[in-house]
Amino acid sequence: MHYRLDRQDPTLRLTLEGEWTVREVSAIGAALAAVSFDGVTRLEVATAAARLDLSGAWLLRDVLQRAERAGAEVAFVDPRPPALELVEQTLGSGAGPAFVREERPLQPIAALGRTVVDRWQGWLSGLAFIGEAVWRFGRALRDPRVWRPTSIARHVYDTGITAIPIVALIAFLISVIIAYMGAQQLQKFGADIFVVDLVTVGVLRELGVLLTAIIVAGRSGSAFAAEIGVMQLNQEVDALKASGVEPIEVLVLPRWIGLAIALPLLTVISDAVGILGGALLCQALLDMSFVQYFQRVDEAIGDWTFWVGLVKAPVFALLIAAAGTYRGMQVRGSSRELGRLTTVAVVQAIFLVILADALFAVLFMEIGI
Amino acid sequence: MSEPVIEARGIVNRFGAQIVHDGLDMIVQPGEIFGIVGGSGSGKSVLLNTVLGLRRPQAGEVKIYGTDITKLDAPGLRQLKTRYGVTFQAGALFSSLTVLQNVQLPMLEHLQLDARALDELAMLKVRIVGLPPEAAAKYPSQLSGGMIKRAALARALALDPGLLFLDEPTSGLDPISAAAFDELLVGLQRELALTVVMITHDLDSIFRTCNRVGVIIDRRMVAAPLAEIVEHPHPWIQAYFHGDRARRFGVVHGT
Repeated sequence: MHYRLDRQDPTLRLTLEGEWTVREVSAIGAALAAVSFDGVTRLEVATAAARLDLSGAWLLRDVLQRAERAGAEVAFVDPRPPALELVEQTLGSGAGPAFVREERPLQPIAALGRTVVDRWQGWLSGLAFIGEAVWRFGRALRDPRVWRPTSIARHVYDTGITAIPIVALIAFLISVIIAYMGAQQLQKFGADIFVVDLVTVGVLRELGVLLTAIIVAGRSGSAFAAEIGVMQLNQEVDALKASGVEPIEVLVLPRWIGLAIALPLLTVISDAVGILGGALLCQALLDMSFVQYFQRVDEAIGDWTFWVGLVKAPVFALLIAAAGTYRGMQVRGSSRELGRLTTVAVVQAIFLVILADALFAVLFMEIGI
Repeated sequence: MSEPVIEARGIVNRFGAQIVHDGLDMIVQPGEIFGIVGGSGSGKSVLLNTVLGLRRPQAGEVKIYGTDITKLDAPGLRQLKTRYGVTFQAGALFSSLTVLQNVQLPMLEHLQLDARALDELAMLKVRIVGLPPEAAAKYPSQLSGGMIKRAALARALALDPGLLFLDEPTSGLDPISAAAFDELLVGLQRELALTVVMITHDLDSIFRTCNRVGVIIDRRMVAAPLAEIVEHPHPWIQAYFHGDRARRFGVVHGT
């Protein structure tokens, strides 16, 4: 038991016992809520037998205020406990809630307006970021001292070299899937040999570069946003600015250039592995010899087939790098923002890559290659 | 004599070949403010992590309220952790939560409280450390350095612990804010009969708050009441308490 009540109307004596601590507060509070102070004009409180912490004192203050509102006069038998003194000093001994939850009225029109303005400003700042990066890139072209070869090399390594295993594996699996599905359909017409055309053209023109870009967007787009975002949170970006170093020059451009070098190289690897995967499957499924396969590959490849795929790689790289670095630079304040913007970076990078691929497809059709 | 709140004996902490603590003893009595000082890299934070049960020492035992935490299982350790509050050097407030939510987090995790008690008790902690009520709804990134230290203290007090660990609570504060923080700490310690263990580099703060001081020297701890530790002959302690910095502030005692 945490308290004892002795009622001799009109005096009520409340004797506190045992632990009035944070762990017991909800139990004591629930029990005391049932106590009525009707007809009580004097409440005597004895606290000597209890141990009060801040939460216990808060609860006691609550009870005393209820008694006072009911018209009782409160008197302490022992000296007032210091914890209670502290709570009353802090919150004021008068009545009134210590805390009011803030009510936010629903304002749909204001919310809509705010969203539109925020979106518009988001677009503007995105454009400003890309503009500034391109301008600094132009300056870097004229002034080679601004190039940071070590940093670029690091990013080529991080985004390119270390991605080779996963990119190769995915390219292999995709070519197996195409060859397998193609073989199933084309065998019906006895047009087995066209499986080779399907794999070669499909991988070289579209799938090699597209899948590589999507993997890289997931790996490196997120890494860019997270790296730069943490630097923002640690004020490292401010430190760079304060030492007269442009963050865009040291953080953004090397990543753009590094990825623009790495992604085409990865695409070449992906193309090669894809064609190799097709060869293995054609041999296993269609009994096609490697010689026959590669002869057909040679015939299937047009003047432009390989280059149509490869020329897209640096464009995709810049889109991924721009999305990652821009979102990273936007991080402010909290770890939650970091997570949100990293997600946004990856989703946008993948979206932009696919959008650009569609535009390329239209463009190449129009110019007939 | 009452049982010590913290009794660490023969602590050994090693990182590879580097020995940080070699048979270190630390005893903290109830109701005292115990200051830990030591040069940079002397292992103050490692000691703190060891005592908090975040790091298991290679040897030795750490008793908090009489239980050896190096032998506790996970539920026991979890239970023990509700009995002390900690503030970290940089505040370590959860950046995606408001100050009030930061204070409520340990309460939600360990207690069953209704919404009103939760809000009011958290608000009480926010106000008791001297933060204005408006600060409760702010995020850590919107607070000044001094307010972050106070908010961290409010979170450490969330479960009304009897024992507080403070890692450099006044570092990075201006002298006036630091003095105000010390005053707050001494006041709370007196009113709530807290036991406080404090790592600090701030000489002013030590002289304003600590009853006893433990100095980490040569991988062990030399502990004594404040008036005695300043007389200790070890050259590092002499330099620490009687160096230019100490003299300038007039904190060198001559009695």
